[in-house]
Amino acid sequence: MIRLALLGSAAALALVAPAAAQDFTITNATVATGDGSEPVENATVVVRNGRIVAAGTGVTAPAGGEVIDGTGKWVTPGIFSAVTDLGLSDVDGVSESNDTAAGNSPFSAALDASTALNPNSQDVLVARADGITRASVSTRPSASIFGGQGAVIDLGADPDMVTRPRAFQLVDLGETGARISGGSRTSAHALLRNALREAQSYGDRAAIGAATARPSDTSFGDDVPLDPRLSGRDSERAGDVLLTRFDAAALVPVVRGEQPLYVVAERASDIREAIRLKRDFPRLDLVILGASEGWLVANEIAAANVPVIADPLDDLPTGFDQLAATQSNIGRMRDAGVTVAIGRMSGGTGEQPRNARQYAGNLVALSRVPGATGLTWGEALATITSIPARISGFGGRLGTLSQNAAADVVIWDGDPLEVGTVPEAVFIDGVRQPTDTHQSGLRERYRDLNEADLPQAYDW
Amino acid sequence: MRTRTLIATACALALGACTGMDSGTGGETRSASAASPSVGADGGTPYASTYQRYPGRPTALVGATVFDGAGNRFDNATVLLRDGEVVEVGTGLSTDGYDVIDGTGKFVTPGVIDIHSHLGDYPTPSVQAHSDGNEATSPTTPEVWAEHSVWPQDPGFSRALANGGVTALQILPGSANLTGGRSVTLKNVASRTVQGMKFPGAPYGMKMACGENPKRVYGSRGRMPSTRMGNFAVNRQMWLDARAYAAGDRSKRDLAKETLAGVLDGDILIHNHCYRADEMALVMDMAKEMGYKVTAFHHAVESYKIADLLRENDVCSAIWADWYGFKMESYDGIRENAALLWKSGACVVIHSDDENGIQRLNQEAAKAQAAGRRMGLDIPDADVVGWFTLNAAKAMGIDKMTGSLEPGKMADVVLWNGDPLSVYSRPEKVWIDGALLYDALDRSRRPVSDFELGQPGAGDVK
Repeated sequence: MIRLALLGSAAALALVAPAAAQDFTITNATVATGDGSEPVENATVVVRNGRIVAAGTGVTAPAGGEVIDGTGKWVTPGIFSAVTDLGLSDVDGVSESNDTAAGNSPFSAALDASTALNPNSQDVLVARADGITRASVSTRPSASIFGGQGAVIDLGADPDMVTRPRAFQLVDLGETGARISGGSRTSAHALLRNALREAQSYGDRAAIGAATARPSDTSFGDDVPLDPRLSGRDSERAGDVLLTRFDAAALVPVVRGEQPLYVVAERASDIREAIRLKRDFPRLDLVILGASEGWLVANEIAAANVPVIADPLDDLPTGFDQLAATQSNIGRMRDAGVTVAIGRMSGGTGEQPRNARQYAGNLVALSRVPGATGLTWGEALATITSIPARISGFGGRLGTLSQNAAADVVIWDGDPLEVGTVPEAVFIDGVRQPTDTHQSGLRERYRDLNEADLPQAYDW
Repeated sequence: MRTRTLIATACALALGACTGMDSGTGGETRSASAASPSVGADGGTPYASTYQRYPGRPTALVGATVFDGAGNRFDNATVLLRDGEVVEVGTGLSTDGYDVIDGTGKFVTPGVIDIHSHLGDYPTPSVQAHSDGNEATSPTTPEVWAEHSVWPQDPGFSRALANGGVTALQILPGSANLTGGRSVTLKNVASRTVQGMKFPGAPYGMKMACGENPKRVYGSRGRMPSTRMGNFAVNRQMWLDARAYAAGDRSKRDLAKETLAGVLDGDILIHNHCYRADEMALVMDMAKEMGYKVTAFHHAVESYKIADLLRENDVCSAIWADWYGFKMESYDGIRENAALLWKSGACVVIHSDDENGIQRLNQEAAKAQAAGRRMGLDIPDADVVGWFTLNAAKAMGIDKMTGSLEPGKMADVVLWNGDPLSVYSRPEKVWIDGALLYDALDRSRRPVSDFELGQPGAGDVK
């Protein structure tokens, strides 16, 4: 009860005093920078004005600021949860509270996740208390193959979650996309290509341009000619459009390569087809999501320089698009030179975002299994810190303890990839974050079941 | 993964692959005959187990840290296995006549047991044609038996063995129905038939579900139940009818009533999917009203609120370490659930309800243990190992046969390459009844299901 009262006071204070970035130095800690290197002991991390000044050994603690003794602690960048639903839902199964999919919306690519974020969602509080400081979020393809425009967010206890709105567009070209689009992958690809074509033609006057004359056919010599209107940029007539103007406008930065296009693809052939989109739309900035069979086409993914946000431990043939799923997938892609992050963890079941650390730890465990391909510890941490940050467009600025990066810092009570390790302190942009949640309140209330004097309801 | 997530959520939300059934702490093990309330025309148990243990060599695991599942830890110990049974666990034992395996730096536990699985009745690939876990055409279907849905070629069995060290598991019907049907307990041994996997002598269980799922599934069809009070009304009438049958002429075959009578007789164990504390309390009173016992509440995310009641009623809680908030009735799930139950002296079982989670029950238990440590509850490792071995066996009524490394018990054993409560450890060898059925060091000792032959990679275990 005393402990609870103290927590309550701290929370009350936090409400009164505006959160400000603290200057602090953590000393004598085991520090991992998130860049793929192994952790180093007896290291120092210096934070000033919300940014990292230095991290490592041989760093001298400058004067001023709080000094935190990190003896016995581990320090890493905050965890970056790639392609999740944090902030878009309170309870997955309570549809009234759930903004993760817009199944009845007339809009598709225009859906903008940054407009629906709720920093007070318990999922956000639980994730933050567990060391997740940043994330990329988007709605899920439902009424259309497009998920809409995803945002990069922070999980700080302040009203503004948005680090970058409209940071990427998401499209499903796998089994789900095929079903949504009309029952076949052919339809999903036709829909996407048509949409990109309409976006290409979307001029400054917000009108779809009309071709003045039919261009000549393109012949490849060994087959029937390809009507250029199937691959070209012009639509035949102004009315021949499927997208609303709003959706078409949302795809303009995609087709120009100014906004990454995240493509859900699990099957090896689906991944190949996604990469081939660049033949027709060379400026596309592609990221593959899922990639359960990525190891079968790892060399092609690497050659195309397309990063992957992978499902971490999928090892079952969940569908006919994942027959080759293996826990060694990420390790094998790494070996081929693919940039791989762990992601797509959401909700409150086994794949809840805070379990990304456990999954990363399992990839390390694999390195000790004969015949399997795992990751080093440093590589595994990078898949949930610097790599997803880099894929999200924030290389060197988020998910790392490198100089001038945002001071998203977590002090852990042990090895952060080990089950059972939790944060002792979480900082976002140098601001120390509260870690109280609905769950911690329940824990304290039911620490004992003594109702001799009053019901449990008075214990708060 | 997205596909899987959606499916899992659907089950949890709605129907059922995520159901919880439970077997309680149970108590006495029942003989195979007593556990067979249905009798075939020949007088024998229908669909009887044809499982026979595979050959094994006398094996001594020497120098490992041993958790026996019954709450004991032995350092630098020797485990002797012979003729399918555990011979002895101790230090300084003679290994004459045994193949000696050096366990230095490694750990030994009983085989992992999952009390809540849908492998085989919701197999992968998770296509509609494989959706065999919920007979969601009536809210009460005690007449269906999960074993009649189990596809022995589900690749998930092999992953549970190789990555999770799972040697026995209970397959439950889903939670769409108030009464979902009979469960079946299996040895995790590859077989052409489900009979070849059935755990000899294991009692049957019966799956029940309270809360959101049944009322949503049937309420959405304009049928009863559409409310929690409707759930109870349908349940109580079912039990009243069953009591009349059980007290009357049983010679007229009635599949549903035979199962319910088996519960009333104490031969079939109730595994009840239930999340909320207040509902669990009502169910325990319904059991008293109708004259049966709940062996275990499954999913039970709010057990910590009534740990005292659960202890007094001798009901186990089969739970996840940290699932919460995926549906309204799971909103109050906390990581300290297991630890608070342990503190109160109530029975804890860690379950999966998931084809992925079943590969990491040891890690889930370690997470639950760590949550306790942070609130000042230091739960010994040896107790935590019991959460996914002996306690599960007790609640499934097979604890006299397996679940701990005690002399005479089945030699269901895992040799881990490190501390099983660490994320960095994996099974190195798994024995079932003394037969080496998984060996990380020997590619020929890994099962691959028919479905995966000729597929790219031929499964993750090869």
